[in-house]
Amino acid sequence: MNEIKIKQVLSEGVKDFVVESPVIAKKRKAGQFVIVRINEDGERIPLTIVDSDPKGGTIRLIFQEVGKTTCAMGELEEGDSILDVVGPLGKATHVEKIGTVVCVGGGIGVAPVYPIAKAMKEAGNKIISVIGARNKDLLILEQEMADISDQILVTTDDGSYGRHGFVTDAIQQLIDDGVKIDLVLAIGPVVMMRAVSNLTKKYNVPTQVSLNSIMVDGTGMCGGCRVSIGDKTKFVCVDGPEFDGHLVNYEELMLRQKAYLPQERKSHKNHKCRMEGME
Amino acid sequence: MTESPTTGKPGPNKKAGKRNKPKKPKVPRQAMPEQAPEIRRNNFKEVPFGYPIDTAVIEANRCIQCKKPKCVDGCPVGIDIPGFIKAIAERDFEKSIRIMKEANALPAICGRVCPQEEQCEIVCVTGIKGEPVAIGRLERFIADWERDSGNVSIPDIPDPTGRRVAVVGAGPAGLTVAGELALKGHKVKIFEALHKPGGVLIYGIPEFRLPKSIVMAEVDYVKKLGVEIEYNAIIGKYYTVEELLTEEGYHSVFIGTGAGLPYFMNIPGENLNGVYSANEYLTRSNLMRAYDFPNADTPIAMSKKVAVIGGGNVAMDAARTALRLGAEDVYLVYRRAREQMPARDEEIHHADEEGIQFNLLTNPISINGDEEGWVKSMTCLRMELGEPDASGRQRPVPVEGSEFDLEVDTVIVSIGNGANPLLPEATPALDTNKWGNIIADDKTGLTSMKGVYAGGDIVIGAATVILAMGAGKEAAEAMHEYIMSIDV
Repeated sequence: MNEIKIKQVLSEGVKDFVVESPVIAKKRKAGQFVIVRINEDGERIPLTIVDSDPKGGTIRLIFQEVGKTTCAMGELEEGDSILDVVGPLGKATHVEKIGTVVCVGGGIGVAPVYPIAKAMKEAGNKIISVIGARNKDLLILEQEMADISDQILVTTDDGSYGRHGFVTDAIQQLIDDGVKIDLVLAIGPVVMMRAVSNLTKKYNVPTQVSLNSIMVDGTGMCGGCRVSIGDKTKFVCVDGPEFDGHLVNYEELMLRQKAYLPQERKSHKNHKCRMEGME
Repeated sequence: MTESPTTGKPGPNKKAGKRNKPKKPKVPRQAMPEQAPEIRRNNFKEVPFGYPIDTAVIEANRCIQCKKPKCVDGCPVGIDIPGFIKAIAERDFEKSIRIMKEANALPAICGRVCPQEEQCEIVCVTGIKGEPVAIGRLERFIADWERDSGNVSIPDIPDPTGRRVAVVGAGPAGLTVAGELALKGHKVKIFEALHKPGGVLIYGIPEFRLPKSIVMAEVDYVKKLGVEIEYNAIIGKYYTVEELLTEEGYHSVFIGTGAGLPYFMNIPGENLNGVYSANEYLTRSNLMRAYDFPNADTPIAMSKKVAVIGGGNVAMDAARTALRLGAEDVYLVYRRAREQMPARDEEIHHADEEGIQFNLLTNPISINGDEEGWVKSMTCLRMELGEPDASGRQRPVPVEGSEFDLEVDTVIVSIGNGANPLLPEATPALDTNKWGNIIADDKTGLTSMKGVYAGGDIVIGAATVILAMGAGKEAAEAMHEYIMSIDV
């Protein structure tokens, strides 16, 4: 069960696994996630299902090593198994033909945006992808995104590749160029999703974001993943993970993501991989 | 310990004429030894130690063996209570556990968490003039005796019937249904959403009240009856109920998914860091073993001052867990009076002994945070009791101008659970009521779908382990009849 069939390194600290999981491979839809636990002492962490092969019975998971669990998971090799894989969880993306969809992925966020862009493309939409990273080395899935996009724009914060700047600069450019955008889908660090939402709100462009909050069970039982959407509290695991980007309380989400930072540091102390991604 | 001291006083010899035999001295209800409060508040070990053999025999001899035992009627699963107690009195423990298991596959659990004082013990005839027989403690004793003996007896299983049953949820209801149907020769598989079996017994009830090893031993027993368990299988997502009945080839399905949807207060500040549902707090500590962090990877708040909102058993569990995790002050904040708390007396008593501070007639109105988004205090109102409400309890009404701040860094909301909508939402043919509970027949558990039965908290709302087991038992009977009536 849950054997790692293929392991690839996409960039520093970003691993790409193809994992045997026949039922989930058949059932999963774009936008859904799994919860994994790698060993008996492990915590449960949510990971977006990036792709699946229903015939081969595998799912694809991409993750960044940011804490003890993701680092330990990154050390697993082909032939090893992940102890628990639960899913598919969360509501699937609402996929329909609406026109032009701008799919925005920042950093590791390109991984969860990929399946949604692919599904939107298959539904007959025009896909403009905007993907960004801090620098060229951290950019992932460029070719895959290009393959399913009608147009792709790449940005790097340091200008080492593509357009020098943020994904919001590229979106602004599209708006300035008069491109009619029917929907923006943005996934990435909370600050990025907030910036994209602030921008698109000015132009009344509908925007969906996919949130990654701290979870335990993933079935609505614990409520640890709650977020404020407008004036309502929602559970990311069962009500999401996608929400109207213009209604998300990003400040609260950022604070909640840091809830266990001191403990994470303690837990991670003896582990050699990086913690930057937590900030 | 609540027992009255031994009086040793012989009963009055009223009519000395007919029989001159003096009445036996009245033996008091036997106390169960337990860890001292000041010690146990620092560990997760079980609080009571259980009866030693001789004490159990003395207690068993207090049972007067009523011809028409009321206690059996009081038991949701109809255990032959006088029967198993008589066997203890006769020191025939093997016989006792056999009688027990005819009606109850999980006695070590029920002996610990059943509210006996509201069920079997409240109607005990011995309790009319004195204290009732300690039925729960004896149940626990005999279950522990069997487990400690290492020879857990497995009843004979009849030949396979060729019928397959899927059970959704490995909690008290599901385990009961699975055990009962396996005993009738059906092939049973349980689909469990989490990575461990037990449901609320494993994620909810803490170690100090129900050791996990006991839950695992009882689950092992069910497995030995031939029941298979698939973990990480969320029905509604992984397979739908329809798929279980069609592609997966099950003849009948039982749904026992429990009441897994925590209610919050809907007051300002509830999404601050440091605010938990009791479900999350207990799941982190119990299922994920956050008490053993960083040896176990799952963290939990390192709290100094904790407020637990609510007055039920779960609130007591959360408060006592916070204490054991190192909190200095744990306040139990409840808007009604102590007499109105839904928790068992024993749990309230234990919490009190351990130093939980009861803030009764107190209602939180907001939770206040610091710049980092962490809880720093909770604003509350004092309440007083007014007219009785729909539940018959006096309604708490706010005392004007009584607002005050309780300085806390953690708030645990323990005001109940609703029906988790995950499975019903994925199963449109399943009728639910306005609260989202699955509608099922009172007697049989049959739902609006042919061959699909349900029971436990998902049907009746958050209740007790034994009621879920009682529902499971009834459903198993009905399911047995149903699957034997169809051609396979």
